[in-house]
Amino acid sequence: MKILVPLKRVADPDNANKVKIPASGDKIETTGLEWKPNPFDEYALEAALRLTEDGKAPKTRAGEVVVVTFGPKETEPTLRAALATGADKAIRVDATDDKLDGDLVARALKTLVEREKPDVVVMGKQAVDGDSNQVGQILAELLDWPLATFAATIKEEKGALLVGREVDGGVSTLRVRLPAVVTVDLRIVAPTSVYSQKTAPAFKYNDGVRFAALPAIMAAKKKPLTEVKLADLAADQALKVQYTAFQPPPARKAGIKVKDVSELVSRLKNEAKVI
Amino acid sequence: MADVLVVAEAADGKLKKTTHSAVTFARQAAAALGGTYSILVIGDALGDAAAEAATLGAAKVLVAQASSLKDYVAERYVPTVAAAAKGTANADPRTSATYAVVVGTASAYGKDLLPRVAARLSAGFASDISELLPEGGKLKYKRPMYAGNAYGVCTVSTPVQVVSVRQSAFAAAEPTGSTSPIEQVAVVPPSAAAERVEFVSFDQVKSERPELTEAKVVVSGGRALKERFNEVLDPLADVLGAAVGASRAACDAGYAASDLQVGQTGKVVAPSLYIAVGISGAIQHLAGMKGSKVIVAINKDADAPIFQVADYGLVADLFATVPELAKQIQAARS
Repeated sequence: MKILVPLKRVADPDNANKVKIPASGDKIETTGLEWKPNPFDEYALEAALRLTEDGKAPKTRAGEVVVVTFGPKETEPTLRAALATGADKAIRVDATDDKLDGDLVARALKTLVEREKPDVVVMGKQAVDGDSNQVGQILAELLDWPLATFAATIKEEKGALLVGREVDGGVSTLRVRLPAVVTVDLRIVAPTSVYSQKTAPAFKYNDGVRFAALPAIMAAKKKPLTEVKLADLAADQALKVQYTAFQPPPARKAGIKVKDVSELVSRLKNEAKVI
Repeated sequence: MADVLVVAEAADGKLKKTTHSAVTFARQAAAALGGTYSILVIGDALGDAAAEAATLGAAKVLVAQASSLKDYVAERYVPTVAAAAKGTANADPRTSATYAVVVGTASAYGKDLLPRVAARLSAGFASDISELLPEGGKLKYKRPMYAGNAYGVCTVSTPVQVVSVRQSAFAAAEPTGSTSPIEQVAVVPPSAAAERVEFVSFDQVKSERPELTEAKVVVSGGRALKERFNEVLDPLADVLGAAVGASRAACDAGYAASDLQVGQTGKVVAPSLYIAVGISGAIQHLAGMKGSKVIVAINKDADAPIFQVADYGLVADLFATVPELAKQIQAARS
């Protein structure tokens, strides 16, 4: 199975309280923030690696995992890190975030999919910077491929994936025949959430995403990483969604500490009037 | 002049409450554009959903009903929603219209369906809008980004715009006292993708409690509750008639069901009262509950970030405090 995994470099959300908006309000200042792969995309990569191995022997991977990012030269370490954890090749589409929107990324990905011909595109359900949650859905529609969003479990069947999706009020299960697009949610990296056809039913993965061993980091330097121009993938680079301003969130005024339960109940009843 | 189309969400023969938030947005958008809004109810066994939609002040209610739409699958819904937006789903051209804005709520349904509708319409898509900022007959949208640490103001440049709105940011629309005309629209056959997707099952989580995104009171727990998550929180939730929520850490550790997760990538809630028990307050969690009217935090760590957003903070051991709180609230109410 050949899997394409789009991977976005984002400002570390755990450092997001340091996101600054200049007085002009014309951009979000990310200088000085720590960069890391979007966590949901890391989960997507882990899911893709699991789908191309039998669990016990990751070295004898059956299939190919191709990672792609949209970004400047500085995003290449993100791709090298993905190669070090097991991806086979990487593509960097030369672009900057301010010249992209979800629609343009999806259109460019469509061209890449037509070139690379993967059996499945596995990607994060959303990037934790823009929080838009749209690229996978738009890509599926442009390709006219079936889509399973918010995957918590994936089981490979012959020519299909059985996907358990986390939706409001429960879990919805879809069977998608390949090729297809799958976007993943948090729990896709639980020990028994992804099984390839070769995985033994009793096999349990370590919880979470895998880390690269030092030899793999060295070996990753030799794996192919190619650069593609955005214009080669999408002739029309006009953005459909444009940001005109940014604002800080409304401040919440500091509350008070109460000394005990009695004071809390009394304040909730008499002051806040919510009980 | 331009019109707005609301894509309703229906289940068990009724409109889901998410629809009412989208209608509130549609009223504001139609007023700004000098147009009207219509509501599309789509599915099978729609029961009273269309009649209910007809009470919400729409110019008309469009109904697309077919057995092929029984179980929601985006690939089967998208062509019909897109055709309704273009007005081509109507057999009678006199009643057809092209909508300038297509809106739904950013529930799991809206998140799955609406971007695909946008793609089919070659429309720009803006998700999870928290505020509509009309300006000279044009629409600007405000939406949270970076886990709610910044808000972006955006415009959509395409002739048709598709948007999803944050349910907690738009109050539920009330009936207007009038009745909208109901019109059947044709169900458009799906494209190739639909033939490769099969609905297998929906395992509903049964709960007697109110839905998390609609509850007036939410009691949420963190990892500190460990295996005693329900034992500790349930009595307090019972007394308050509250929904139960959880931090991502509590869900990850398996102490709480994953669909209880409140946060940036989970549910966004804005109840009148939010009680955070043993939750430290990671920004991703705060992103999902900062809109609550009154926030109470109970945590034994006085430096926990949750206290920076809480109206009332109590530094205490939760295992002793929560049962006492349930008892005293019960007493205060009787």
